Amino acid sequence: MNKVIDNTEYILRMENITKIYGNGFMANKNVNLRVKKGEIHALIGENGAGKSTLMKVLFGQEQPEEGKIFYKGEEIKITNPLVALAHGIGMVHQHFMLVPSLTVAENMVLGIEPKNKGFFNYQEAVRLTEEVSKKYNLPIDPRAKVKDLPVGYKQRVEILKILLRGVEVLILDEPTAVLTPQETEELFVQLRELKKQGYTIIFISHKLNEIKALCDNLTVLRNGRVTGTAKVADLTEQDISRLMVGRDVMLTIDKEEAKPKKTVLKVRNLTYKNSDNKAIVNNVSFSIREGEILGIAGVEGNGQREISSLITGLIENQSGEIKLFDEDITNISIRKIREKGVAHISEDRMTYGTVADASVEENIISDRYYKDDYNKYGLLDKKKIAELSNELIKEYRVKCDSKDAEIRTLSGGNIQKVVAAREFTSNPKLIIANQPTRGIDVGASEFIRKKLVSLRDEGAAILLISADLTEVITVSDSLLVMSEGKIVAYFEDTKNLTEETVGEYMLGIKKQTAEEIGGVCYE
Amino acid sequence: MNKVMKIENQFKVIRIAFSIAIALAIAFLIISFVSDDPLYTMYNFIIGPFTSINRIGNIIEVMTPLLFTAVGVCIMYSANMINMASEGAFFLGGVATAYVAVTYTMPSGIHPIISILAGGIVGAIVCGIPAIMHIKFNALPVVSSLMINYVCLYLGLFIVNYVIRDPQAGYMASYKFAKTAILPELFSKTNVHLGLIIGLAVVVFGYYFLMRSKWGYSIRMIGKNTSFAKYSGMNVTAILLSCQLIGGFIAGIGGAVEQLGMYNRFQYQKLPGHGFDGVMIAILARYNPKFVPLASFFLAYIRVGADVMARTSDVPVEIVSIIQAVIIIFVASERFLEGWKYRRIVKATKDTHAEAEKQVVGEA
Repeated sequence: MNKVIDNTEYILRMENITKIYGNGFMANKNVNLRVKKGEIHALIGENGAGKSTLMKVLFGQEQPEEGKIFYKGEEIKITNPLVALAHGIGMVHQHFMLVPSLTVAENMVLGIEPKNKGFFNYQEAVRLTEEVSKKYNLPIDPRAKVKDLPVGYKQRVEILKILLRGVEVLILDEPTAVLTPQETEELFVQLRELKKQGYTIIFISHKLNEIKALCDNLTVLRNGRVTGTAKVADLTEQDISRLMVGRDVMLTIDKEEAKPKKTVLKVRNLTYKNSDNKAIVNNVSFSIREGEILGIAGVEGNGQREISSLITGLIENQSGEIKLFDEDITNISIRKIREKGVAHISEDRMTYGTVADASVEENIISDRYYKDDYNKYGLLDKKKIAELSNELIKEYRVKCDSKDAEIRTLSGGNIQKVVAAREFTSNPKLIIANQPTRGIDVGASEFIRKKLVSLRDEGAAILLISADLTEVITVSDSLLVMSEGKIVAYFEDTKNLTEETVGEYMLGIKKQTAEEIGGVCYE
Repeated sequence: MNKVMKIENQFKVIRIAFSIAIALAIAFLIISFVSDDPLYTMYNFIIGPFTSINRIGNIIEVMTPLLFTAVGVCIMYSANMINMASEGAFFLGGVATAYVAVTYTMPSGIHPIISILAGGIVGAIVCGIPAIMHIKFNALPVVSSLMINYVCLYLGLFIVNYVIRDPQAGYMASYKFAKTAILPELFSKTNVHLGLIIGLAVVVFGYYFLMRSKWGYSIRMIGKNTSFAKYSGMNVTAILLSCQLIGGFIAGIGGAVEQLGMYNRFQYQKLPGHGFDGVMIAILARYNPKFVPLASFFLAYIRVGADVMARTSDVPVEIVSIIQAVIIIFVASERFLEGWKYRRIVKATKDTHAEAEKQVVGEA
């Protein structure tokens, strides 16, 4: 402890950062972060641990209540992202900040456009793009439209964009969340190359294997506080996970072999075209039986959302069959679909799953408020509804002040538990769970996964859509892989299936025959 | 977190109190510039309305129509549809009532009921039109509903001035309402009429309908998040349309009750503004009918105060418009006092954390 810290070796120091949001949430408390020049520093923690907040403070998107930031030994005040960029600190957000309809070169120079007699000089933009691209050995076509690029390349544009602005410190916020395992490997090669050239990288993640593979040092956050700072090489994955969660994490899930019975859902030749006449869902067919979890793996945006919206009636069916117990459920109202026993966890819990400004109770009753059980003398039966909400809050371990607390005062994990409490207790025969654990803490994720398995054991048919390969492989009994609106692979049994194998199908490196894929269709 | 909720609730009240205080301060400032005897003028403005039974009666009279339009607006706006047609519904509802009250002969118990129902139905149609245009053609309700008001005005004037006009009246007005249709007065010496009781009944109905019934629940959920309502299985378009019809119906019977309670012939030649006042009161009441009587009373009070002031001193009645405008601007501005609230929340959060830590240390 008496070792004097030599502050000069750190290019960046954040000291005692405390950030409290307007809803009273303390996202960071006395957080210290020290980053050496030329290292890849991992910032790690569960979702909601305060990683993104800390980086928003560093990038000037949020102002801390307390704390100081030192850059190259001098204290600096970062009031907005332009100041951060001027100092040489740049950030690549998890959700890309690119204009899809513009070309790569146009996106690259957005805000710092080269001009010729007051007009935008496109040729110069292209030249600049080629120059940085060559300098950092990150090849890209400057004239390609961003919307036509694969995800990995979009990310490359983001990285080049901040390099063009002359940054020395790059913040990458969960850059691998949208990538396949193979694309991730490629990104790592690029990042190591940048490190070699003297750049400093702050790498945000919650995936332990990635940290082990890539980073030099790490800082672990939990509940907004630092729980550890160390050399990555000194720690095992178990050590890191203990720092993250505060206990040993179970990555596997206890479940017995599935005992599928009657077919519940039959989907045949489902096709959905968007307004550009592009097939988002392309001739998809599958079946699910009682007591079975069918997973759909795939990078987000490959038609999974449309499939769940089509089955649950949120969007109108264009062509193909959706049958629940041999009964056509296309083009009937959402209420009727729900009354037939379909439950739906939407991937967007703030838009579809909940009302932020309504109470926990009001969110719990939204699918059943109209039923006679909950009405008396023409008014809602307050007592019955209160009983239901208190019971579900307890059973689903929703952490909230009371049933009257507004949803927006809850954490992401607890909001998702409210959604689950509603959807899982409507006596569902078919559950469409779309990204049920995205962006929520490990505890809540574990809880929801276990619930899914126990509902399966009680005889529900479950469609689990997830971009989290570990989740979708461990929880599902059998698995589909989707890419660009099509089913590209079917694995009848998920045992012994690895993420790498799934990744190869996602990228189209390996292919299955139509017959193999057809195995998922049965009467 | 409990503390935070408490602070947020406090600030809902603080914001309205501050808005009123600032508005009154500005009013006083202007009065002291304009008036030769500012103290006397202010006395008349603030205390004047309570100095006689007659004036208190005035407050109640002014307040009565506002109860209807405000409850109607609460219901319409809870679905997050900015429908300004309450004004037209109030006006044309009054015309419809006048028509029934002038043209038909009925027994005294039935006549007012039928007349008022006619007003309500016309009001529902008026407020339903912008909603249908929105649902069918995606027309912006703010614009279409404002335009509808002018259609109502000139259609109403046409009926009054050409169909039921009394040439003997000496001014542009309808025939006298049948005696059987008039609503009785409640207290002598004032014009307070049965409409007040009907209005309060509407407030009670509005509260139970909007805040306690399943219909109200679905209206509020649609207003807060339409996607969620749809996902949960609610029939969004049907509910959206029906709550506009109900709101319009209530605004319409407001117009009807006002005619039958306060006048003996229809004599408006322009829009009276009670529908727009209803919007303002609904905002002050945060779309909860429970608070409508208080908010309407306040508005009626400053109106009567300004009136007393204008009659007894040298300051014109228009000062009220300034007060209203200032209150609404501050109440409607979400971020007013936000910095103060934020600092309070930050402090409360820090205290909570510090306490929690002290406890941990104590236990250890």
